Amino acid sequence: MIPEIGHYALILALCVALVQGILPIYGAAVGNSSLMSVAAPAARSLFFLVLIAFGCLAYAFAEKDFSVLYVAATSNSQLPLHYRLAAIWGAHEGSLLLWTFILTIWMFAVTLFSSHLPETMRSRILGVMGLVSVGFLLFMLSVSNPFERLIPAAAEGRDLNPLLQDPGMVLHPPMLYMGYVGFSVAFAFALAALLGGNLDAAWARWSRPWTTVAWCFLTVGIALGSWWAYYELGWGGWWFWDPVENASFMPWLAGTALIHSLAVTDKRGGFKVWTVLLAIMAFSLSLLGTFLVRSGVLTSVHAFATDPKRGMFILAFLAVVIGGSLVLYAWRAPRVGLGGGFATVSREGLLLANNVLLVTAAASVLLGTLYPLFMDALDLGKISVGPPYFDSVFAPLITPALFLMGIGPLAQWKKASLPDLGKRLRWAFGVSIVTALVLPIVLGEWTPLLSLGILLAVWIFATAVVSVRERIAHGDGGSVVARLAGVPRAYWGMLLAHCGIAVFVVGVTMVKGFETEKDVRMNVGETATIGDYTFRFDGVRDVMGPNYVAAQGAFHVSRDGREAAVLHPEKRRYTATNQIMTEAAIDTGLVRDLYVSLGEPLDDGAWSVRLYHKPFVDWIWGGCLIMALGGVLAVSDRRYRLSWRREPQTVPVGAQLAGRQMA
Amino acid sequence: MLIVMLVLSGPTWAGEARPLADDPVVEARLKRLAVELRCLVCQNQTLADSDAPLAEDLRREVRGMIVKDMSDEEIIDFLVSRYGDFVLYRPPLKATTTLLWVGPFVLLVGGGIALVVALRRRGRKVEEVVITDDEHRRVEQLLSQGVKRP
Amino acid sequence: MNKFLLPLTIFGIMLGFLAVGLTLNPREIPSPLVGKAAPVFSLPQLHEQDKVFSPDDMKGQVWLLNFWASWCSGCRTEHPVLMDLANSGLVPIYGVDYKDQRGEALAWLDEWGNPYPIVAVDAAGRVGIDYGVYGVPETYVIDKQGLIRYKQIGPLDDETVEKKILPLVKELQAK
Repeated sequence: MIPEIGHYALILALCVALVQGILPIYGAAVGNSSLMSVAAPAARSLFFLVLIAFGCLAYAFAEKDFSVLYVAATSNSQLPLHYRLAAIWGAHEGSLLLWTFILTIWMFAVTLFSSHLPETMRSRILGVMGLVSVGFLLFMLSVSNPFERLIPAAAEGRDLNPLLQDPGMVLHPPMLYMGYVGFSVAFAFALAALLGGNLDAAWARWSRPWTTVAWCFLTVGIALGSWWAYYELGWGGWWFWDPVENASFMPWLAGTALIHSLAVTDKRGGFKVWTVLLAIMAFSLSLLGTFLVRSGVLTSVHAFATDPKRGMFILAFLAVVIGGSLVLYAWRAPRVGLGGGFATVSREGLLLANNVLLVTAAASVLLGTLYPLFMDALDLGKISVGPPYFDSVFAPLITPALFLMGIGPLAQWKKASLPDLGKRLRWAFGVSIVTALVLPIVLGEWTPLLSLGILLAVWIFATAVVSVRERIAHGDGGSVVARLAGVPRAYWGMLLAHCGIAVFVVGVTMVKGFETEKDVRMNVGETATIGDYTFRFDGVRDVMGPNYVAAQGAFHVSRDGREAAVLHPEKRRYTATNQIMTEAAIDTGLVRDLYVSLGEPLDDGAWSVRLYHKPFVDWIWGGCLIMALGGVLAVSDRRYRLSWRREPQTVPVGAQLAGRQMA
Repeated sequence: MLIVMLVLSGPTWAGEARPLADDPVVEARLKRLAVELRCLVCQNQTLADSDAPLAEDLRREVRGMIVKDMSDEEIIDFLVSRYGDFVLYRPPLKATTTLLWVGPFVLLVGGGIALVVALRRRGRKVEEVVITDDEHRRVEQLLSQGVKRP
Repeated sequence: MNKFLLPLTIFGIMLGFLAVGLTLNPREIPSPLVGKAAPVFSLPQLHEQDKVFSPDDMKGQVWLLNFWASWCSGCRTEHPVLMDLANSGLVPIYGVDYKDQRGEALAWLDEWGNPYPIVAVDAAGRVGIDYGVYGVPETYVIDKQGLIRYKQIGPLDDETVEKKILPLVKELQAK
């Protein structure tokens, strides 16, 4: 009964989505206010309907209803409740429902926070989002129904893949989807602006917080995925340039470029057309990612089970959404005028250079990901494009971007002087070079890459310090504290996000430069040493989990004679599927991780064990977290909160004019 | 007797664990090669990380070749002649992969040129607009009314 | 061309490739050995263990080399096709028992039938690697000069035999 309610809710949702997609946009085109006012109620009803559907599926999982095919395929009676619920998005159909649900969450948020927008814009935005949801609902109802029944019901479920039975599964997909799907808001803003013809600085200002919040979620989502792979897969890797990983990284790169481009359009009204195109590109890359992961076109450890019918549907959907938006772009963009001008060397110029670098990076990742497909389609043979390619291509592209990150915030708008910048940054540059040359030697090993990584990280930190000092020196207000208080939050957010990247760079550089690994055979009582740390193997005992049995090892780790950690890696056998899984044990530290992975039992009672010492590895994900916090801080800036309160003085003049034209 | 008991009650004699592989140098070289080779039966894993039977066989093969002192090129040729370029995660530079390897660089240079051209052209266009005296006065009026922006 | 149409054009091209991609299998690895000499080997036979089998024995004939194993379910699926082909007498099929146990292989053949005049035993999978085998079953069509002319990845079915294997075999036999 409950699954049928969920199914029916989805059918109703499709009808509402159609209404939401068509009426408000038509209303905005002809100036019909009552049609436009359909948008917000429709969006809210859509949210509640999809919420009901999601709730029904959750109920089916919670109650172990194996008469629902999807539940039987991904769950099991011995699976603990939190994983039963996480299994909702464990496979294709359910993850689509999650996608749609999150889309409706964003729609709902737009209805709450868009009262300051002109009605035409608002209706167009919600209309576009409605049309996107039509695609997903239609997809689910036609070839990917999560509520399909299994008659007769299965006695037992097939269980969730043990690799997915992890807290990472609870958080990573929802965070990731909040990001991916969140770019649909920026996309909708862009299309609304193209439809209305009112591309001005105000549009950029309104889009910015939405884009930034989506970006924050995506950053956290990708970081969680990387961290999860690191501790789950057992060999300490955290990024493989796998097609599915790339599918999430490309929107992130485009989204980062978009945030910076929006800053230019917001502040100076320039490059509106480019910003609109970027907004379309960011969401298109999200959709493309959805296609790549589910169509079977690329091989990946993360890919969902495939079916040609599904692939064709998504491809058609891509053609309509992306093709349609690019047609709109080709048609409307030429009419948009230029904004304010600026010199080549200026903050705008530097921000756009950032764009060129990031978009080239995204395009290169796309090229590498799809190239095997291109070659196969043209019958030129089968190749693999993996980490060696991506590492070689990505690093040279991102290095200049990181370097520019130090200069950009210090450059003046409209026109900056290179000699002036050089003078102000002399000290920072000097400190960076010296540290880059000296530190690796102090730490024990000098390689060019190690030095480069340290150079970039220190450069970003040093230029941040210079920037803050200048702000204090030139701020209004008496004391240092007063001056700092006068600095807008958006600035602190930017600084924090940039420093987050520097932290990330430190993590990557140190791990790649100094990580050590040892593959040993250990008998009880034997020790192995990595660096300062001594690992002593204290034997293996059997333990019972909720749905698995495991051989649990015990390792005492000591440093200089004092105990540093006790680690318990496991070798699990999940009873439902008989699958074996290695659960590594990690001691997380601020400046290093100690990682132990049990291998196989050997003939003489010994075990093969893999030990890792990974310095600064947590700075990788810590850096991402700091980046996201920076974004949140930026969004909480006064100017956004004020604009929500509709104070006339703070609404930009352009917006008022635009509002009047459309009424 | 007392000495025996003291010895037995103390910490267990900790022997140093032996490396899993017979020859760590060979193993290190194997790892370096295997990390860039593809496991052919897996869904995108390296030869180094995979547990598949074929992966173990191929690692054994490569180890044997390293022991026989074959060079990296010879080992890679051995695998490519049997499994094709698919087995390499670093795509070889050939006529068909030129676009792949050169593409990013071309895009970067192209993008950079496009940016500089666009900025220069824009700079010129904007300079062509002349402000009249009336507009000047209006601007001063607005500025003197002054709204403190956040 | 209008520069605003550029994104759409690029997208259109990519869409075309993706559409073609839906018809392809990214995990199927074509063999670089097609057109080259079949790698030499000399393996003990399954039934008469003191005898060996080598591709050199087959020079002057067109024949099929089929890698199979008793633990492989795809081999079970293609078995009736092999039996039919063997019984037709059009082309001999020689087997390589890949990474298997002798007892189980013999039992498997006893139960389902033996389409092979001779079965060679590749216990370690070494010859499989030389032939670029990455799964079983895989079948090679080898011509009179000992060159590999075609590789079938996965189980053979009646359609492939009719449309690809037999015409090729006839063509090679005429040479």
